[in-house]
Amino acid sequence: MTELTNLTVAEIRDGHRAGDFSAVEVAEAFNANVAGAKALNAFIVETPEHAIAAAKQADADRAAGTLKPLSGVPIGMKDLFATNGVQTTAASHMLEGFVPRYESTVSQKLWDAGCGMLGKLNLDQFAMGSSNETSHFGNVISPWKRNDGSNAALAPGGSSGGSSSAIAARLCPAATGTDTGGSIRQPAAFTGISGIKPTYGRCSRWGIVAFASSLDQAGPMARDVRDCAIMLENMAGFDPKDATSLDMPVPNWEAALSSDLKGKTVGIPKEYRLEGIDPEIDAMWDAGIAMLKDAGAAVVEISLPHTKYALPTYYIIAPAEASSNLARYDGVRYGLRDLPQGAGLQDMYAATRADGFGPEVKRRIMIGTYVLSAGFYDAYYTQAQKVRTLIARDFEAAFASCDVILAPTAPSAAFGLGEKMADPLAMYLNDVFAVPASLAGLPAMSVPAALNREGLPLGLQIIGKAFDEQGVLNAGLAIEERAGFTARAEKWW
Amino acid sequence: MAIDQATVRKIASLARIAISDAEAAAMEGELNGILGWVEQLGEVDVTGVEPMTAVIPNKLRLRDDVIDADPMTGGNRRDDILANAPAPQHGFFGVPKVIE
Repeated sequence: MTELTNLTVAEIRDGHRAGDFSAVEVAEAFNANVAGAKALNAFIVETPEHAIAAAKQADADRAAGTLKPLSGVPIGMKDLFATNGVQTTAASHMLEGFVPRYESTVSQKLWDAGCGMLGKLNLDQFAMGSSNETSHFGNVISPWKRNDGSNAALAPGGSSGGSSSAIAARLCPAATGTDTGGSIRQPAAFTGISGIKPTYGRCSRWGIVAFASSLDQAGPMARDVRDCAIMLENMAGFDPKDATSLDMPVPNWEAALSSDLKGKTVGIPKEYRLEGIDPEIDAMWDAGIAMLKDAGAAVVEISLPHTKYALPTYYIIAPAEASSNLARYDGVRYGLRDLPQGAGLQDMYAATRADGFGPEVKRRIMIGTYVLSAGFYDAYYTQAQKVRTLIARDFEAAFASCDVILAPTAPSAAFGLGEKMADPLAMYLNDVFAVPASLAGLPAMSVPAALNREGLPLGLQIIGKAFDEQGVLNAGLAIEERAGFTARAEKWW
Repeated sequence: MAIDQATVRKIASLARIAISDAEAAAMEGELNGILGWVEQLGEVDVTGVEPMTAVIPNKLRLRDDVIDADPMTGGNRRDDILANAPAPQHGFFGVPKVIE
């Protein structure tokens, strides 16, 4: 029998249903992998007992004939989702020791669907970062190594770096992620797995630690497109507790998966051809175009003229919203309190926030505070909101002549830990291809497409029309079937 | 427009983050780098363009006017709310004295 931890979500679900193995066997196998992978630092908290309890329930439900959609499937939960009775930190010192008394909507949906939790996954602090180097609980290490024998520790991407590393290393078959400006797609690309950010509003934000509320969106990460569809079906849905939740039925994405793209048109944005980019990225992109043609799609060039302004727009809007959202961490109601001897209330706020936030979080709060401050609000924030309108309009116009857009996910393969930390701007540029779809609220996914000359995965990104996750998943499936990406990181941990 | 260390300290004060002089000096360079880069947005012609407030058009809903319609977000959750407070006192959030 295949090793249980090599099975996909669909295989675990179906195999459990068919009686090929028990859910407890599956949970135990993944618990063992999690326990044996401390070197990756993918988890902040491990919850083997949660996984086992859900597995026992799944086995009982099978005997009773009351199986749920994901009975027997253990997953990882990004530590940005509030979990009742289990520490939730957003990888920050500020929330170290915070144990919610409530459950986020998305995680509750997954437990209701029969999933068990293997643990809370590490991430960039407050989801701010692209390499998982800003966590208070240490860097997450990618399971991948370059093939040059250098043995350098590589970034798993960010902010969902614990999720990507854990899935690539077979510590969990799937995990939740959140994507504000690429935090699902870029880590997926760096580690050779798949991940989808649905349309803004598909997944409830209730109970997710807020970063930039007009951009934050939860989504699944897994090893293939089908698993992403299955997971997303069980995460999405209307929630009255989130004012921006979409009041729309959740389609049966898995059942409608089809890699036949006859009659579909794929747009190739000419502004994404960056000067000086690694030729391997462009070569992978060209190979992806050929794959979608092979699947029956027509290909047209499109223009997204405001692409170059997406990143600067994002780095005004996201910090502005973050500075406002993170004002709640004041040392009064929950989380850290730092009260210097004799300090008053204002000093307590300032000391608590100085101690509880890491450098990147402080940097973004400061930028956000500045662009929202009197005298600069219109020049920075209002201007960025207007440019955001133009970026969204670019996509609207482009979608008049195509159904989905194909682009690289990231401008490079995974970089080494420490390589970009000295220069915040260089780090920000890593999300150049991911941010535009976030600003426009569109569904977008990354699928693994190739290995580069260093033996590292590269990802292709599919961006769809609002609400058309199906079109995104189908194009992703067409690439997956043709790319035949089966490479995996050799175990060293 | 470049910002100086006095401005950095002013922003930090507005953001309620204590910073040392060394941190202010380091942040001056970083913030100027980032702000200098985002200033390219100024060159975009936005004549007649509305600032985006909602990325996906969505009506704000009103819920039925029912007390505790959702027990999780309704009232009577004092102990849950105080469970993670750093200094709860007599069923309230404790803070340093603000009035002499």
